[in-house]
Amino acid sequence: MVAFIVRRVIAAVLMLVIVSVATFAIFFLIPRALGQTPEGMASRYVGRDATPEAIQGAVKRLHLDEPLVVQYGRFAKGIVAGQEYSIGPRMVQCPAPCFGYSFNNNQPVWPTLLDRLPATLSLAIGAAIIWLVAGVSIGVISALRRGTLTDRLAMTVALAGVSLPIYFTGLVSLALFAYTLGIFPGGGSYTPFTEDPVMWFQALVLPWVTLAFLYAALYARLTRAGMLETMGEDYIRTARAKGLKERTVVSKHALRATLTPILTIFGLDVGLLLGGAVLTESTFSIPGIGKLVIDAIRGNDLPVVLGVTLFAAFFIVLANLVVDVLYAVVDPRVRLS
Amino acid sequence: MRKTKALALAALGTALTMGLAACGGSAGGGGNNNTGTGNTGAASTAKHNDGYTKVVNPSDAKGGTLKFAYSDEPDSMDPGNTYYAWNWNFSRLYARPLLTYTAAPGEEGLKLVPDLAEGLGEASEDGKTWTYKLKKGIKYDDGTEVKAADVKYAIARSNFSAELTDGPKYFAEYLDAEGYEGPYKDKDLANFKGIETPDDYTIVFKLKAPFSEFDFLVANPQSAPVPQAKDTGLEYEKAVASTGPYKMESYEVGKQLNLVKNENWDPATDTTRKQLPDRIEVQFKQNAEDIDQRLLAGQVHADLGGTGVQPAARAKIVADPKLKDSTDNPYTPFNRYAMMSTKVAPFDNIDCRKAVQYATDQVATQAPWGGPLGGDIGSTLMTPTTVGYQQFDLFPNGADNKGDAAKAKESLSACGQPNGFETNIAVRGDRPKEVQVAEALQASLDKVGIKATIKKYPSGDWSAQYAGRPDFVHKNKLGIMIAGWGADWPSGFGFLSQIVDGRFIKDSGNYNMMELNDQAVNDLLDKGIQTTDAAERNKIWGEVDKKVMESAAFLPFVYEKTLLFRPSSLTNVYVHPAYGMYDYTWLGVQQ
Repeated sequence: MVAFIVRRVIAAVLMLVIVSVATFAIFFLIPRALGQTPEGMASRYVGRDATPEAIQGAVKRLHLDEPLVVQYGRFAKGIVAGQEYSIGPRMVQCPAPCFGYSFNNNQPVWPTLLDRLPATLSLAIGAAIIWLVAGVSIGVISALRRGTLTDRLAMTVALAGVSLPIYFTGLVSLALFAYTLGIFPGGGSYTPFTEDPVMWFQALVLPWVTLAFLYAALYARLTRAGMLETMGEDYIRTARAKGLKERTVVSKHALRATLTPILTIFGLDVGLLLGGAVLTESTFSIPGIGKLVIDAIRGNDLPVVLGVTLFAAFFIVLANLVVDVLYAVVDPRVRLS
Repeated sequence: MRKTKALALAALGTALTMGLAACGGSAGGGGNNNTGTGNTGAASTAKHNDGYTKVVNPSDAKGGTLKFAYSDEPDSMDPGNTYYAWNWNFSRLYARPLLTYTAAPGEEGLKLVPDLAEGLGEASEDGKTWTYKLKKGIKYDDGTEVKAADVKYAIARSNFSAELTDGPKYFAEYLDAEGYEGPYKDKDLANFKGIETPDDYTIVFKLKAPFSEFDFLVANPQSAPVPQAKDTGLEYEKAVASTGPYKMESYEVGKQLNLVKNENWDPATDTTRKQLPDRIEVQFKQNAEDIDQRLLAGQVHADLGGTGVQPAARAKIVADPKLKDSTDNPYTPFNRYAMMSTKVAPFDNIDCRKAVQYATDQVATQAPWGGPLGGDIGSTLMTPTTVGYQQFDLFPNGADNKGDAAKAKESLSACGQPNGFETNIAVRGDRPKEVQVAEALQASLDKVGIKATIKKYPSGDWSAQYAGRPDFVHKNKLGIMIAGWGADWPSGFGFLSQIVDGRFIKDSGNYNMMELNDQAVNDLLDKGIQTTDAAERNKIWGEVDKKVMESAAFLPFVYEKTLLFRPSSLTNVYVHPAYGMYDYTWLGVQQ
């Protein structure tokens, strides 16, 4: 087990290096290859009508005139050893892991990421619990009552969940439950748990349900398909023949086998969401990592885009690792080797 | 039995969740806690556009929390490092420049009045030296007195440092301070020769050349004082030394700004601001459509950006007379137009340019902006809220503004292209409204035989790499470029100089995309800026406007307007003409 984890951690680090090089290339190398000049890039980060001197100043300050290898080296060194930046009257230290300084709002990226993480964690974990419980339950019930009205109704709702985009369901739920009925607070009301747990909960109910609606629909369909397949297996017939109760057959034999692929997807989905639920956070104005990255992309804030990409990649790699370990727990046929 | 139990549990859970949420629906934090103080509050008798001509819901009642929301974030909250129009309005809550605009709707609001200064600037005979006297006893929020050296330092840091790049650099352009490297490189402020402070209350600006509109320059937030000891450069935006009625309580970049009352602000020294709410909260990076919903529900009081409601809310408001009565439809400082390059054939021929002027269906090019609510059809460079604006129309294109095909054909014949010609229209591809304008123009021109191809470029590099680079424009034969311009100060010079002065044609970042270098225009600009008599000067701006329009290279579409919503819980609301949005320093909230 330990050797397995060590091997996976080494692979994960290599993966992160590759991701960072690829992201860096996308945002720095490709524009250069297409003829973008350092001055052209810098002009995005200065005010309207900036003088050539001001643009040149920004080029120097952001090191855009350096060769790309040197720029990447500076970025990588910052992660390991930190960096120093001029904020005008003095230099400030950006301690490791320093993902650089935002080009747009002059904030160090790493503390910004950490600042945004709790909102994303709150959203992702709450929604994940809802969609896992709801999706799997609906899927099981649907499979066990195949062809009935309940099954058809559940699958129709699931189809709607998969089909409707979050920005639509989100805005409709806000209009109905927040601005018409006044049951839940409106957008932009996210409050950190540490400040006000009740408000934190209230503000997240609609985003949780909106996000979970999409995923629960997917999980319900996956679970239903898996259960239908498993329930037809020989060992289920054997279990029934042994005289086991139907509840035991379903929960201990069928569901356990069905859960293995679901767990894989669940791990990946949660890992992805920890890198930012872009649409949900944008719709409900939740200051999480997803909102941060979409704003950074719109504003060409390359250090932030790079930082979030690495951050998200880290969570996906981590989630994969956890899933692989959990495989062995859920399904005894799987052994880590 | 089990099913009943499960259903009962589920129902109980749902009820608890909803009940808990409903109970706490008015909790505080950064959220929305004033449901019920919005449009369901006291009935207002105000009508559509009342805020444009008078103060709506006048009240001196104090208290409450004024809530703003904004779909973006500022370049900086540092008054010396911002170029956002709303921030030149908003920053006055905590930063007082030497001069500011009269707090009044209509034309009166375009007049400058003293703020930190005792009076307007006193110009020397040659117009190159401007002197201002500071009011005595004005304090920062920490109780220390504002000194002339703080104003000098503020301008030095905002205009001469490599770090503060977001604001304009007019002082660097006009002050006689050759060789000065800024206060971060050169710690001795005495080396900054562009400004002298003979005593603690006198500031003398030394200019390279006469500049009769210098008062407008010191009305921008960069003249708000900054104590050198408190300057933290790029981080100063988080703890600005306040001279206004409010001070910063906290600022989380990209998330939330909270202001509280500044106890050291003395209303006796300030004729233009009020201090009504106890607290002002701003949420940044909010969903634009959701901001509108919150405005309509009375959960926020104003959209900080001041650019009006989104299309969905606009449709809802227009369809409901009661909601429409809670709106104002002011001009923004922007003119939306196209420029024809005088260096790209066949637009090097004035008659070919005239053909485009006459052929354009201005109703069609108005539509993408939202029709009449989005802007009035234009015929000049300057907008109606620019000081010096004169109404005229040199190229009337039909009684219904839908184009005059006969005159267009005449012009085509005169330019030697009776069957039309081919050209390209350049547009910022990521700006849907501008793309729709380009398509409407393309359709108009097609009717008279001018075949235009639309070429889209990214807005981020529009000025630096594409339409703002004459060599690129020539090489790619960009005959027509869709653009927009808003003045930094509401005078003819503020509007015109950057876009029509032939000496401002730059290799990159060029806004005179017509490449019009008319000696008569340049001379008029020089004459105007040296004319001290305001009436005479404003007349000259009108002449410049006419001269440029005579070239037929400037094709106006609309004088942009916006639709602002004012919840009934908002008091003291009026549109300030200098900013084209509500005066944020006057707003109060009903309790």
